[in-house]
Amino acid sequence: MTNDKSRASLMHVLRSGLLRIVPQLLAIATAFLVGALVLIATGYSPIDVYSALIMGAFGDVYGVGQTLTQATPIIFTALAFLFSYKSGLFNIGAEGQLIMGGFAAAIVGISFSGLPAPLHILLAVLAGALAGGVWGFLPAILKARFGAHEVITTMMFTYIATYLTSYLVNYPFKAPGWVAQTVPIADSAQLPRILPPTQLSVSILVAVAMAAVIYYILQKTTLGYEVRASGLNPSAAENGGINVKRTMVLALILGGALAGIGGAGEILGVHNRFIQGFSPGYGFDGIAVALVGGLNPLGVLLAAILFGALRSGGMLMTRATHVPLDIVVILQALVIIFVAAPHFLRYFVRRRSKA
Amino acid sequence: MNIFDIINVGLFAAAIRMATPIALAALGGIFSERVGVVNIGLEGMMLMGAFSGVIVSYYTANPWLGVLGAIVVGGLLGLMHAFLTVTLKGDQIVSGTGINILALGFTAYASEVVWGSRGASGSVASLGVIDLPFITDLPVIGKIIGSHTPLVYLMIIVVLLAQILLFKTPFGLRLRAVGEHPAAADTAGINVFRMKYIGIIASGMLAGLGGVFLSLAHLSIFSWGMTGGRGFIALAAMIFGGWIPLGAFGASLLFGFTDALQMRLQSMGILPPQIILMLPYIITVIVLAGVVRKTKPPSDYKPYEKD
Repeated sequence: MTNDKSRASLMHVLRSGLLRIVPQLLAIATAFLVGALVLIATGYSPIDVYSALIMGAFGDVYGVGQTLTQATPIIFTALAFLFSYKSGLFNIGAEGQLIMGGFAAAIVGISFSGLPAPLHILLAVLAGALAGGVWGFLPAILKARFGAHEVITTMMFTYIATYLTSYLVNYPFKAPGWVAQTVPIADSAQLPRILPPTQLSVSILVAVAMAAVIYYILQKTTLGYEVRASGLNPSAAENGGINVKRTMVLALILGGALAGIGGAGEILGVHNRFIQGFSPGYGFDGIAVALVGGLNPLGVLLAAILFGALRSGGMLMTRATHVPLDIVVILQALVIIFVAAPHFLRYFVRRRSKA
Repeated sequence: MNIFDIINVGLFAAAIRMATPIALAALGGIFSERVGVVNIGLEGMMLMGAFSGVIVSYYTANPWLGVLGAIVVGGLLGLMHAFLTVTLKGDQIVSGTGINILALGFTAYASEVVWGSRGASGSVASLGVIDLPFITDLPVIGKIIGSHTPLVYLMIIVVLLAQILLFKTPFGLRLRAVGEHPAAADTAGINVFRMKYIGIIASGMLAGLGGVFLSLAHLSIFSWGMTGGRGFIALAAMIFGGWIPLGAFGASLLFGFTDALQMRLQSMGILPPQIILMLPYIITVIVLAGVVRKTKPPSDYKPYEKD
């Protein structure tokens, strides 16, 4: 009896979960379809390109490891977007927050020696969280105090972060040589790799844990309740005694800190030094992943694997078929566009049946 | 070196030049927001405009066809944004973000296909500069406004036309009514959806025109991400200007001046370029924080549901 019941409820959860990802899957499928048209129009075989992409991303253990490596920073930036979005803010500046976090972590990684590894890593990650948090706090306070639109300011702060770190790594913190990078971080600040020879580090475990933490905060805590209430209906939340502005500022600080930790993970786990331009756009991937993940932390994990696969499989794809790597960016944009219009297919189906 | 090496008539001429793409895109922002749709995709529409201009000029050797191509492509992206946000009632910001990323990816992809280099084109025919008769010969003024690419003068005409269209014609009244109070506009017999489409397509065309200025007016090349956030700065100019064409033009002059100053300082090499490059973005943030509270958007930007 109880067994039946639990089975029924399990089925229910599965079914509602499946129903919820159907629009997402359709959006992804449509994006790949349109991407195929772009490929055909420019003289490439979509079958060759997509199969090279899949082989590169999942064809062997190395591919899988690199896919997860690429997924890791995207999980962080997607959570950064998601958490701010739930509070009603559109944080498109995770890219800048990630870059700042990476730089701060690198500085801590370089500056100390002889610390026990766990302590050194903790300090560097905290520095990353702090720098990212500050980069979230600035647009948040400008919004709360002066009403400056966060879509514009978070983007402006991303440009500022790019140029600021570029200055720092080209002048005061530049390692000898031609490349704009810092000297390597101390061994004690390096994150352990978990699947050599791939670059996969323990950062992925932190990312997954963070997804769970964000899920828990949103669903089970007062802060999460306030964040969701502020996002759904700010004036009702205000009437209900929630300080909406304070909640938004907190959400953007936390989001920025998450992206900052993601940047720290890249520097401490993958590059072991700050390199100018180390992020190929993980912050923007995060927007797509948060949306494709249905603005749900657990959905983000699945969607991040897809987008990580696009980035890691892209390498083999380019080598095997000579298709420009930017087809990956086009695919991402198409996914966002089709997710933006959840009624897209329904619209055309209805048009058809009317005609 | 003294201060007049930096601040001279050349700087003011450059300010008007650099204000042009921002002012055109800001007008684009106004047309979209006046019909009640936020257009975060201005940046991507500009970038696609810049690219389309170069590719059309590359194949036809006629930069004016390039300008036309940029306007058409911008308009098509506007149409897409309108379809996604008005007809399908999708999230305006998500759609705009998608357009921005699409533009970045597509232009890089296409330039690699055409020129074999990621997001960098070959050199093409550009528009060149015209001298205004009489005005060129005036002291100071002549040096500042007398000799520019035709797009600068076109921009000034478009600003004036937009101002008249929006505030002095029945059509402009209808356009604004659709953003301010769609239900009332509908009751008054205005086709709300059609007006929204017109506003957003115009928005894309203006952004495309602003974008092509960057690639064809002086440089005659396309390069990766060459809009450099100007679509977002244009949004700031739109807000600063109170969603009014003349106001946005004034704000664009300020941002154009910042941009010109940034370029001037860079060429003098007194500070590391990265520090100077931050200037326009910092100024934009300061302006947004300083003035925004005093302005009120012309719409609540909610999708319109016909009863």
